[in-house]
Amino acid sequence: MSTEPIAWPSASAESRTFVDTLHEWVTTVDHKRLGILYIVYALVFLVIGGIEAIVIRIQLIRPHNDFVSPQVFNRMFTMHGTTMIFFVVMPILFGFANYLIPLMIGARDMAFPRLNAFSFWMTAFGGLLLYFSLVGANGLYGAGNAPDVGWFAYAPLTSQTFSPGHSTDFWTLSLLVSGFGSIGTAINIVATVLSMRCPGMTLAKMPLFAWLNLVMAGLVILAVSPLTAAQIMLLVDRYLGGHFFDTQAGGSAVIWMHFFWIFGHPEVYVLVLPAFAFASEIIPVFSRKPIFGYPVMVGATVAIGFISMSVWAHHMFTVGMGSAANTFFVLSTMAIAVPTGIKIFNWLATIWGGKIEFKTPMLFCIAFLFQFLVAGLTGVMLGCAPFDWQLGSSYFVVAHFHYVIVGGILFTLFGAFYYWFPKMSGKMYSETLGKLHFWLFLIGFHLTFDFMHIPGLLGMPRRIYTYEPGRGWDTWNLIVTIGVFFQAAGILVFLGNLVWSYYRGKAAGSDPWDAWTLEWCTNSPPPAYNFSVIPTVKSRRPLWDLKHPDDPDWKYE
Amino acid sequence: MRSRGSTNWRVVGSQIFVCVCCSAAAFADLAPPLSPTNIFAPASTPAKSIFGLSLFVLVVTGAIFLVVFTLLLYSVVKFRKRKNDDGREPPQVYGSNQVELAWTVIPVLIVVALFMATARVIASLQKTARLDNAIEVIAIGHQFWWEYRYPALGVVTANELHVPISDENQPTPTFIELLSADTDHSFWIPRLAGKTDLIPNHPNSMWIDPHEAGVYLGQCAQYCGTQHAKMLLRVYVQPRADFDRWIQEQRQPAIVGSAVSHGQRVFETTACINCHTVAGTVANGRFGPDLTHLMSRDTIAAGAAKNTPENLRQWILNPDAIKPGSLMPAMQLSDQELDALTAYLETLR
Repeated sequence: MSTEPIAWPSASAESRTFVDTLHEWVTTVDHKRLGILYIVYALVFLVIGGIEAIVIRIQLIRPHNDFVSPQVFNRMFTMHGTTMIFFVVMPILFGFANYLIPLMIGARDMAFPRLNAFSFWMTAFGGLLLYFSLVGANGLYGAGNAPDVGWFAYAPLTSQTFSPGHSTDFWTLSLLVSGFGSIGTAINIVATVLSMRCPGMTLAKMPLFAWLNLVMAGLVILAVSPLTAAQIMLLVDRYLGGHFFDTQAGGSAVIWMHFFWIFGHPEVYVLVLPAFAFASEIIPVFSRKPIFGYPVMVGATVAIGFISMSVWAHHMFTVGMGSAANTFFVLSTMAIAVPTGIKIFNWLATIWGGKIEFKTPMLFCIAFLFQFLVAGLTGVMLGCAPFDWQLGSSYFVVAHFHYVIVGGILFTLFGAFYYWFPKMSGKMYSETLGKLHFWLFLIGFHLTFDFMHIPGLLGMPRRIYTYEPGRGWDTWNLIVTIGVFFQAAGILVFLGNLVWSYYRGKAAGSDPWDAWTLEWCTNSPPPAYNFSVIPTVKSRRPLWDLKHPDDPDWKYE
Repeated sequence: MRSRGSTNWRVVGSQIFVCVCCSAAAFADLAPPLSPTNIFAPASTPAKSIFGLSLFVLVVTGAIFLVVFTLLLYSVVKFRKRKNDDGREPPQVYGSNQVELAWTVIPVLIVVALFMATARVIASLQKTARLDNAIEVIAIGHQFWWEYRYPALGVVTANELHVPISDENQPTPTFIELLSADTDHSFWIPRLAGKTDLIPNHPNSMWIDPHEAGVYLGQCAQYCGTQHAKMLLRVYVQPRADFDRWIQEQRQPAIVGSAVSHGQRVFETTACINCHTVAGTVANGRFGPDLTHLMSRDTIAAGAAKNTPENLRQWILNPDAIKPGSLMPAMQLSDQELDALTAYLETLR
């Protein structure tokens, strides 16, 4: 009896149809493919959220402009905020964490591959649900489509009285759904980091990337849960006659604020810790030195994780909390500046005495250091409650948190894109286009967000669809809007670079940066099983040990 | 070594302090031309204490910025890879406990200093005892206008708050109780005080003691719905005598002549009276602004338009033309009715 080899339906690459490929991607449980799905999905929403930002800025280019109606403007800033936080930055960071953590800790996949796929699709459907509001939210009320309650959706604006129709329900449900996805991914990251590390990799020998993402995942579990609870309470209020936030029936608008911000502030660290993680991998490699003060960096990260759970009400200094509560939250808010400062100093010390190569990833990380310094200091100003009574809810705050999210997080994210693009695609990106992207985006960023502080100091509140002339805000708003177009051009160059390099880029090889962590010892792109042999490590920089057998790290750590 | 370092610091610190103070002062000098809502041009004690604290915070953060910025710039330039690099790796340094300790302790000390300064200002502004001769006002936020009630003086008005000058020798501060009729709002006159939110079912309060007469501008600073942008604030600070006269006038009921009785009939037989009050008549609605002394105000629609007959007529005809999304409905009146109604409103002095 002759045996025939079993032919798999998609054995040869040439015979695969589009449907086969699609089927593979939709049903995949591979952490690398899910990572890429997260990233591509987030890039699509980045473009959508960016267009919303452009609409907002065109409307504000001069006083009494009527580019869009107030109703449309209010939807735009609500959708911009919600999209950028929940459907751009979070998924993109989860994407990188998914892709890189198993590779960095020498594992073949995440701890729970199916949960991983489930989490991604929950997040993906959450985003689609939010945008389906454009079609479905009108309901029978004709009361407007996309949500327009602001991304923190203060009660009682979200009640049936003030938000008839279904737009608020779409907002609530989309965050509820994607929140489950986030919690799933967070559990997965914690489990993976704690139990899937390769032989020899103790917690103290783990790359900082894994540490920072571990703390981030812990924060997600703690922070997203209250948000989910609050969303359920809001649904109960809206449809089952609950009174949690119904101020007419004795409910409390302030309780919503507490629920939202006990999510909202740790959320800032959920977003920024992965940014720190990128910087902590990229800066050493392009300075040619190990990270300075690894144990202190880990300690500072854990400290940030803990303190970040106790600072939420600094978003509520104007709510009338009483002087004792205000004073407490001033203290906790300022305390968090200490570990954050330590991190900046350690990156600085990593650069100190190195040999800096100004490749695109490093350029973005250096800009991040400068910008995050400014963002941190304006954060200290806002942390002084009385100063916040002037600055809070003004354009100064808007400038501050965009400095964190764009100047800090998005810059390191771009750095991460360029740094790991060769690993993910196997192709080298165009350095020229990368640098063009960097400079366009840098100029645009500073035009927009440096000058945005000033109208805030001059009394311009956020979330206004238009403003009066004669307040001294006109020129600044014009400059801010001009900057947006530079940023948009930068993003187009970036996307063009990704596409061009994917098809036309030179082969990257497995280790284009002469780097030190495990992902660089496997092929680019890595095979489905990541490593043919699970590596064994003796130090934090296994590839350094390999490349410098005469002077290995493990002798000193 | 150490003493030289600290001397330099003092010099650098004082220079920075001078620089920041000068630029802040320049900002403040330019205040009214630069902006009528500049937070660095305070004209009342709460705004002044915040301004003082903000200068201190700006000096400290400015100094930190300069030091770290310089270090970063220096290291990025100094430690760049040179063209004639020998290709060898630089010395591998893993860390230093002494250095880590230094840059932990110094920030801790800075934080303690900032915290103490902040805590003092919080206490001084939030724990102020009420004076007997203080003016008491209740401010109620509505979508998208402000209601002001002076319970002790028997005055109800809207959108334009009148308060007396507070003399330093004989202070007459104004205490404002902040309530909301619907959603969250925030009361923010940058030159008089920081903002405080108006939250339904959560009464708040704040106080101001303006030192100079004038009109102080601001606007709602908490997103409250469609027309959040045109929920403008105007505070008229007047010498005591003028303020007292204004109060006397506001306490009078509306005086209506027979010439406008047609307009009054239109007002009282349409939906107007469901929302608006004109004291001394059957109109006693509370959903919209009190109109008893409408013509004593400079603006209508919460500061969105000047109070002229044309604007008034336009506002009644189609409020959305001035303030899209405002809760005042278009009244669907004939031209004659509009003219009569406008004429009636113009008599409400």
